[in-house]
Amino acid sequence: MELNLSSEDAAFRDEVRTFIAENYPQEMRVPNPETDLTKEQSLLWHRILYKKGWIAPLWPEEYGGPGWSITQRFIFEQETSRAGTLPPLAFSVTMVGPVIYTFGNEAQKKKFLPRILSGEDWWCQGYSEPGSGSDLATVRTKAVREGDHYIVNGHKTWTTLAQHADWIFCLVRTDPSAKPQSGISFLLINMRSPGVTVRPIITIDGSHEVNDVFLEDVRVPVENLVGEENKGWTYAKFLLGNERTSMAGIGRSTRYIGKLKQIVKAEIPADDPAHLEFLRDIARIELDVLALEATELRVVAQMARGIDPGPAASLFKIRGTEIFQSITELTHRAIGNYGLAIREHPASANHFMPGPDYGHTASEKYLNARKLSIYGGSNEIQRNIIAKAVLGL
Amino acid sequence: MDIQFTEEQDMLRSIVQRLLRDQYDFDTRRKIVASEQGFSRKQWEAFAELGLLAAPFSEDAGGFGGGSLSTMIILQEFGRHLVVEPFVETVVLAGGLIEQAGTSEQKQGFIPGIIDGSKIWALAWTEKASRFDFANVATRARREGSDYVLSGQKTMVIAAPWADHLVVSARTSGDDRDGGGVSLFVVDRRAVGVDLRSFKTIDGRQAAEVDLREVHAQLLGREGEGVAALEACRERAIGALCAEAVGAIGELNSATLEYSKTRKQFGATIGSFQVLQHRMVDMFIAHQEALSLMQHLNLSLAAGDAGLPRLASGAKSKIGYAGKFVADQAVQLHGGMGMTDELNVGHYFKRISSINIQFGDPAFHLLRYAQLDAAA
Repeated sequence: MELNLSSEDAAFRDEVRTFIAENYPQEMRVPNPETDLTKEQSLLWHRILYKKGWIAPLWPEEYGGPGWSITQRFIFEQETSRAGTLPPLAFSVTMVGPVIYTFGNEAQKKKFLPRILSGEDWWCQGYSEPGSGSDLATVRTKAVREGDHYIVNGHKTWTTLAQHADWIFCLVRTDPSAKPQSGISFLLINMRSPGVTVRPIITIDGSHEVNDVFLEDVRVPVENLVGEENKGWTYAKFLLGNERTSMAGIGRSTRYIGKLKQIVKAEIPADDPAHLEFLRDIARIELDVLALEATELRVVAQMARGIDPGPAASLFKIRGTEIFQSITELTHRAIGNYGLAIREHPASANHFMPGPDYGHTASEKYLNARKLSIYGGSNEIQRNIIAKAVLGL
Repeated sequence: MDIQFTEEQDMLRSIVQRLLRDQYDFDTRRKIVASEQGFSRKQWEAFAELGLLAAPFSEDAGGFGGGSLSTMIILQEFGRHLVVEPFVETVVLAGGLIEQAGTSEQKQGFIPGIIDGSKIWALAWTEKASRFDFANVATRARREGSDYVLSGQKTMVIAAPWADHLVVSARTSGDDRDGGGVSLFVVDRRAVGVDLRSFKTIDGRQAAEVDLREVHAQLLGREGEGVAALEACRERAIGALCAEAVGAIGELNSATLEYSKTRKQFGATIGSFQVLQHRMVDMFIAHQEALSLMQHLNLSLAAGDAGLPRLASGAKSKIGYAGKFVADQAVQLHGGMGMTDELNVGHYFKRISSINIQFGDPAFHLLRYAQLDAAA
């Protein structure tokens, strides 16, 4: 399905498509880019997009954005995800960048934004804590002002790729006596600061994506406070708004359905009744994707006319993650007995994996995808948002 | 249909429970899985000493004659503790096939080594193209005097890296998908021409792809009756695996319930949210149904009921879907913690996923259940 594109937009789409085909690094085409690339490898595409001026579609031109329309941004998102490119690090470009250019001061903009664009700084997100989960306002990490510094103590968790990070943006409690949401500040902390410790959390797929980050008497210069003290919740919500858009993942789902069809064709003879069952199951998922894509296009068209979908955007997170989970489940099922095997991490050619290449990451992706309905505000929370803010219940 | 367990059966359960409680906590299991060998010879010997490896075998074969109900009791507890040692592979699959199809010489030759814990077995039936079809066999067996010589490749042989012997299905006649031409053989895992490439399974065990090049083997059962023997073996396997799944489901439900009463979000325990209460009620119902159906199947196995093939497929499907539902929701309700390797919840999830694949997934058995009805 395509938007009705003007000839300029169609030309833009062709330009993006060609650019990806000619420039996406072969080195990044590994079985599972999310877990198999080194930090340097995963930055290759980031740097290519940076040189082209396409690294930050959301950003205003004055800060280094390309000045695209909503339609162009959507086309770019669609083309890059359909082509299976690894998206640039969201924590840097999509999350902290917009917070800094929207609420930060001039010095902060000058210091951080260029290094985010170039990929020089790798950011991670210090939101979740062991007690908090989807209820972020219960932040316990404390920041106490001492002269020109905050002294920060606390424990952040589920911190994605903190092992690579140069900086962490943190929600910290600066006013313990205020109501939960009013005593929070938004602080930028250098990961090299004394007192910052990163501990890996291994997930059920065997990979190391997330971490605990311990902050013990970390001295953070007051100049690293974004916006006003105790107003951090406003900035946090602004950032989460950015996180929840583009969670429909249509391009990725479409690509994985294509692979799934090839696997089913190769694994299950056409005269096996299971073949028809798979075709039916795949068709059902394709229709889910089609309906979600149509909804996304409708919303994009409305946004181009200035109508904001507001909290209804939660439906993209709910359906996008449910759809992708179904695809990984069906793929895992399609490879039959080979679904019993799983790669060892870190991935290495020395470890033998049985069966055809297309099945080698099916188990780990199936397991890893369980997180999708949990993170970024669990799907239960997203349903609550729609119930309250859209349906008025 | 509630089972009235005998005194011996109750005793067997308490023995297993005590052993696993004292010696097989989650941390111990983690160390066993991480060890180079990947399973514990010490635990295996403890199973042997307590008679667990003898329990299902007939008294004639040197066992305690406990049959499928003793297997059920043991495996349900094993499921609760995520035991990785190859009880199903050695005792239920290979042991069952030897007892069912072996000559008296083979029974006397092999079963004592299983019972005393000195020999571990694995069943090699899957191949690249076989999926869940026992008849789809490309591995060839050629007669040479009183011996046979096997050549071919078996995939996904669980516990093969630990095994001393393999039961292998191979073709003695017919085309690749001809069920009548398949026979079973006993292969010494260290025999000349046997080559293993090992890998890890999702549930923390080890398996291998097994290459057979001109391997000398002895026939198990009659020539051409391999598929029938494997079908009966699958029914016993399903009885055992379903018991294990029910054990795992029960643990997931207890853990989730406990967590929901302590974990607070938005100023309340998450167990106070109605949407999660209903979810946990459905998990409870899934457990009750799975438990009942699993017991029903094992009683039918013990009685040798005529409708077994269809009931076994029905149970594998229904309990498979129940397990998947409970495992999905247990991870979901534990939130990020459910995703971690550190917590046991994800490991139950993976064991249930593995059980669901072995001997055919829930969709495969649903279809088979329907087809066996149509054929009747």
